[in-house]
Amino acid sequence: MKQSKAFYYIPYGLWIGLFVIAPVVLIVYQSFFSVSGHFTLGNYANYFHSGVYLKMTFNSVWYAFLITALTLLISYPTAYLLNQLRHKQLWLLLIILPTWINLLLKTYAFIGLLSRGGSVDNFLSIVGIGPKQLLFTDASFLFVATYIEIPFMILPIYNAIAELSPSYVNASRDLGASSWQTFSRVIFPLTLDGVKSGVQAVFIPSLSLFMITRLIGGNRVITLGTAIEQHFLVTQNWGMGSTIGVVLIVAMLITMLLTGERRKKRRTNHAK
Amino acid sequence: MQNKLSGWSRAYLIIVFIILYTPILFLVLYSFSKGNTMSNFHGFTMAHYQTLFNDPRLLQIVLDTLIIALLSSLCATVVGTAGALGIYETRHRSVRQTVLSLNNILMVSPDVIIGASFLIFFTMLGIRLGFISVLLSHIAFSIPIVVLLVLPKLNEMNASMIDAAADLGANPWQTLTRVILPAIMPGIFSGFFMAFTYSLDDFAVTFFVTGNGFSTLSVEIYSRARQGVDLEINALSALWFLVSLLLIAGYYFLNQYNQGRKTKRREVGAIIK
Repeated sequence: MKQSKAFYYIPYGLWIGLFVIAPVVLIVYQSFFSVSGHFTLGNYANYFHSGVYLKMTFNSVWYAFLITALTLLISYPTAYLLNQLRHKQLWLLLIILPTWINLLLKTYAFIGLLSRGGSVDNFLSIVGIGPKQLLFTDASFLFVATYIEIPFMILPIYNAIAELSPSYVNASRDLGASSWQTFSRVIFPLTLDGVKSGVQAVFIPSLSLFMITRLIGGNRVITLGTAIEQHFLVTQNWGMGSTIGVVLIVAMLITMLLTGERRKKRRTNHAK
Repeated sequence: MQNKLSGWSRAYLIIVFIILYTPILFLVLYSFSKGNTMSNFHGFTMAHYQTLFNDPRLLQIVLDTLIIALLSSLCATVVGTAGALGIYETRHRSVRQTVLSLNNILMVSPDVIIGASFLIFFTMLGIRLGFISVLLSHIAFSIPIVVLLVLPKLNEMNASMIDAAADLGANPWQTLTRVILPAIMPGIFSGFFMAFTYSLDDFAVTFFVTGNGFSTLSVEIYSRARQGVDLEINALSALWFLVSLLLIAGYYFLNQYNQGRKTKRREVGAIIK
C-alpha cells in the first residue's frame, strides 16, 4: 500500500510542484523585478501611486460587477421558471449547450451581428432607430460578456432551486404570505447559496476577460485581464504584469471569501 | 408544479433561449451564404466549405488542435487518475485536505494568471514556446478536473473489494488493474472527456504560451477575427458546432448508460446534475 502511494504521487506530485506551486511563486517573484531585471518594489509603488492602475482596477471591478448583476437579473427568473417545466433536465441541457461552443466562435458571431451593416444594425434601420455604431461600445461589451456568462449563473441557481423542497413554498402560501413575501422571505434566502456560487463563477472571470474587451469592446474598457495581457505580450513589462496578476489573485481571494464556499471550475457543476 | 406557466413566463423563457441560440444559428446560417459579410443572406452556396477544405494552413491548425487535445487529455487522465488514487490512499486528513486545495488552485485561478505564470515558468526553464509548451500547459490545467471526477468514484467504491482481492492473493498491480480501475472507469472516462473539451475550448492560456510558429484554432480565430468577418470561419464553426453536438451526445449517453447500470445494481434513483 505504502509503495503504491509513493508510486502514484510521483507524477502527480511532480505536477503539483512544477505547475501549481512554481508558477504561483514565480508570478509573485517576477512582480518584484523591473523591466531591466533589477529587484525593486517599484512596480507596487507604481501601481498604488500612478492613479492609472488604481483607476483601471476600479473600472474593471465596476464592469465585472455590472456583468454579474445583469447576469443574475436574467438568470434567476430563468432558473426559477426552468424548474417549473416538464423535462426540465432536457431544458437545462439546452441552456448548457452553448457553453460547449468555443468562446471565440461565439464572440466572432457577435462581430458579425453587431458590425456596421450587420443584421442587428439593419434591423434597427428597419424599425427606424437608424444605423448605429454597435460594435466597440461599452454596451456591446456588457451585452456579449453577459451572454457568455449566463449559463454559468443559471446552473448553480437552478440546482439550488431544484433542491428547495416545495413544502416550504406551500407552507408559506398556506400561512397567508403573498407571492412576493414567499419569494423574498422563503425562496430567495433558501437558494442564496446557489446565487453565491453563481456570482463567484461569473465575477472572477469577468475581472480577467481580455479577448472580448478587444474584439467587442474595442479596448475601451481595460480589465485587469487586458492589462496583464498587454504587459506580458505587448509591452513585455513582465514585472508590472505580474504585479497586476498578484492584484487579480488578491481580488479573486477576496471574492471567494465574500461568497463563501470554494468555487469549483464552472464546468464541474454539470460534469457530474 | 407542472407546466402551469403563465404567458409572460413562457415568453420570457422563449426570449432567453432565442438570445442564447441566435449567435450560433446565425454563424451556421451564414456559412451557406454567398457574399462575404454576415449581413443579407445572398443565396445558398457551399463555396465557403470548399475554401475551408482547400486551406492547408487552417486544416493543419485543426489537426494540431485535435492532436493537442487528444494527447493532453490522455496524459492528464493518467496523471490525474494516479493523483486521485494517491489522495484516496492518503489516510492523513490534513495532508489530504492540503493536496486537494493544491489540486484546486488551477481550477479557481483565472486563465490569464495561469497563462502568464506558465509563460514565466517556460521562459525560465528555457523551453521554447510552441507545441511542447502548449501541450504541457494543457496537460497541466486538465489534471485537476480529472482528479475531481475520479475521486468520488473511488470513494463510492466498496473498500472491502480491495481487501478481498488482497486476501485472495492478488498483488498490488492485479488489484489495481482488475479491481480498482474497472470500478472507477466511468469517472476516468468523464475526466478524459472533460480534459478533452477543456483543451479544445482553451484560448487564454494557449494565447500566452503559444509563441510564433504554432497556433491552435482558438488563437487562429482570434487573429482572423481582428481583421473582420471571413465566412470561411463560419463554415469552420458550423463543423465545430456539429462536432461539439456529437461529443455532448456521446457524453450524455455514456452518463445515462452508467447511471442506468448503477440504478440496476442498487435500485436507487439516478441523480443527474
